[in-house]
Amino acid sequence: MSDPTLIEIDQVTKIYLMGHVQVTALDGISMRVITGEFLAIMGPSGSGKSTLMNILGCLDRPTSGTYLLAGEDVSRMSREQLARIRNQKIGFIFQSYNLLTQASALQNVLMPIVYRRNGHISTKDRIEMAHNALSSVGLVDREQHKPTEMSGGQQQRVAIARALVNSPALILADEPTGNLDSHSGLEIMEILQKLHSQGRTVVMITHDARNAEFAERVIHLQDGKISEDNHLATAPAHATTGGLT
Amino acid sequence: MKLSEVLRIAGEGISRNKLRALLTMLGVIIGVAAVIIMIAISAGTEATISENIKDLGTNLLFVTQSMGVQMVSRTAGMNANFLTYDDAKAIGDSISGISGVVVERDIMELIKYGSTSVDSVSIVGTTPSYPQVRDIDQASGRFITQNDIEKTAKVVVLGYSTAQTLFGDADPVGEKIYVGDVRLTVVGVMAKKGVVGNTDYDERVYIPLTLVFEKFTFSPFARVQGDQVGTILIQVEDLDNMDKVITQVQILLAKRHETTVDELPFTVRTQEDIIATQESTTAAFRDLLAWVAAVSLVVGGIGIMNIMLVSVTERTREIGIRQATGATPGDIRGQFLTEALLLSLTGGLLGVIAGVGGSWLFSRIGDMRTVVLPNSILLAFVSAAIVGIFFGFYPANKAAQLDPIEALRHE
Repeated sequence: MSDPTLIEIDQVTKIYLMGHVQVTALDGISMRVITGEFLAIMGPSGSGKSTLMNILGCLDRPTSGTYLLAGEDVSRMSREQLARIRNQKIGFIFQSYNLLTQASALQNVLMPIVYRRNGHISTKDRIEMAHNALSSVGLVDREQHKPTEMSGGQQQRVAIARALVNSPALILADEPTGNLDSHSGLEIMEILQKLHSQGRTVVMITHDARNAEFAERVIHLQDGKISEDNHLATAPAHATTGGLT
Repeated sequence: MKLSEVLRIAGEGISRNKLRALLTMLGVIIGVAAVIIMIAISAGTEATISENIKDLGTNLLFVTQSMGVQMVSRTAGMNANFLTYDDAKAIGDSISGISGVVVERDIMELIKYGSTSVDSVSIVGTTPSYPQVRDIDQASGRFITQNDIEKTAKVVVLGYSTAQTLFGDADPVGEKIYVGDVRLTVVGVMAKKGVVGNTDYDERVYIPLTLVFEKFTFSPFARVQGDQVGTILIQVEDLDNMDKVITQVQILLAKRHETTVDELPFTVRTQEDIIATQESTTAAFRDLLAWVAAVSLVVGGIGIMNIMLVSVTERTREIGIRQATGATPGDIRGQFLTEALLLSLTGGLLGVIAGVGGSWLFSRIGDMRTVVLPNSILLAFVSAAIVGIFFGFYPANKAAQLDPIEALRHE
């Protein structure tokens, strides 16, 4: 893998049909994201950032244009193939955590392993993997707790552990601090910062400029187009080790 | 995805709503229990019938008046079309390969000894070979002889329990009893035989056939009915000759009654024919029950489909989360199909328990013989599984087709 490009999208459009009206959510977006980058995508509501997030996360396919993820064209894949890509290459962090409320933290983190296709992993190893993921977000002592017994910040940390457990190439965070108070939000941002410093690629959608400051690159969307693409020279709070070109 | 994982996820889905799951299963439980109980009852009945028929005696042919013919003939006053004692004698005299012919003509009478009386006793006018053909032993005294027949002797032979009722443990031979208005001498008691088919042989009382003609035929009908008999029983020596004897009997009777074999107003049946008739009755009963069971299984299936659709809607967000973390449409379909299958099979299992328990209860309390057939358990289980898969498929497919974005947005 000499090519450091992780994401390459070219002339991606997404057009929704609302009744008889065509709505262009993405209007020919092209961009590259390099392995290890920490990218924030910003924009007002209706700018197309959620649509872009869905396409980057392989939850949706573009109407036209191509999307190469780690060299693989995922823009024309079947639902089945996309599910496998999501499982292997993408870890999601949602605004509302999206944990199974009846399941323990450990079971929630185990879920992506359950849907793995490549190779058998013993139950012992699975639990080991989930355990490691939880300890990396500082929740080892909460493994058996259910989401309803945890604070919002803790729940989001469980969600991060779930996103990490299959060692995906891309971490996609959609307004990760949107439901949290500023203190917990800062904690979450510091975890993302740490993941970035460990060499992981993080793409985060946010409308919060303070969150964007943690990133090393900020893309602004406006009416389905990229209006600004700024590489910040240094991330203000922490030094980065990511491969910035 | 490992099977154990699939089962675990489906099991969790069900255990989240235990009462609802139980209510959903109720249709399947009832359906499966119905299948098992009903098959057990009809198998029990069938076993009783075939055991009874073995007890009726062996190698027997039954000659009876055909259904419907009797009334027509009677109004037309055509005496020629009744089965008579002479027919029986002719069969005995001219047909080879038979080891016994016996005649039965039943009437109902009150019998009385001293102050003890029994109402509506089945009085059978018959001939000497009766014990041999019907396979009943003599307990004491003797049976009706040819001499009794010829002389229209006023004698009576009691069945085992009738003798017990009238005389207790004392030996009744030589005692006088009243059968209707006629005073008869008890000459013998038959050994215990029990209930065979619908007949309790131990309650029967036997008198010479000719005595029925003379004393027990209501006089206005006597002229018309003459020496008419109910049934002629023929014991065939060799089982292989059965068909030959049937044909000979039919030809003989046709000749005697001046008709053709095709228009013969009598039926000549083997025991197998009787078994077949009885079995076809139970089979019809069983078919009806099968429909009842099928309907309750379908209703149970619709219940499962309904609850699975509710479950898919309730868990839309969960489905979205699973899809986001890598569940394929196949995984989701499998999860919900397994859940439906688990519901129906658990229902099936509870139904089997209820069915076996119910069958036991029926035989215990309902005094009804039941035989639980292993095949019926298998059948019930397989039907439950089919119901689960069939009615679970649509909801499972609906879940699998959900758009992950929509599903994640669902509240």
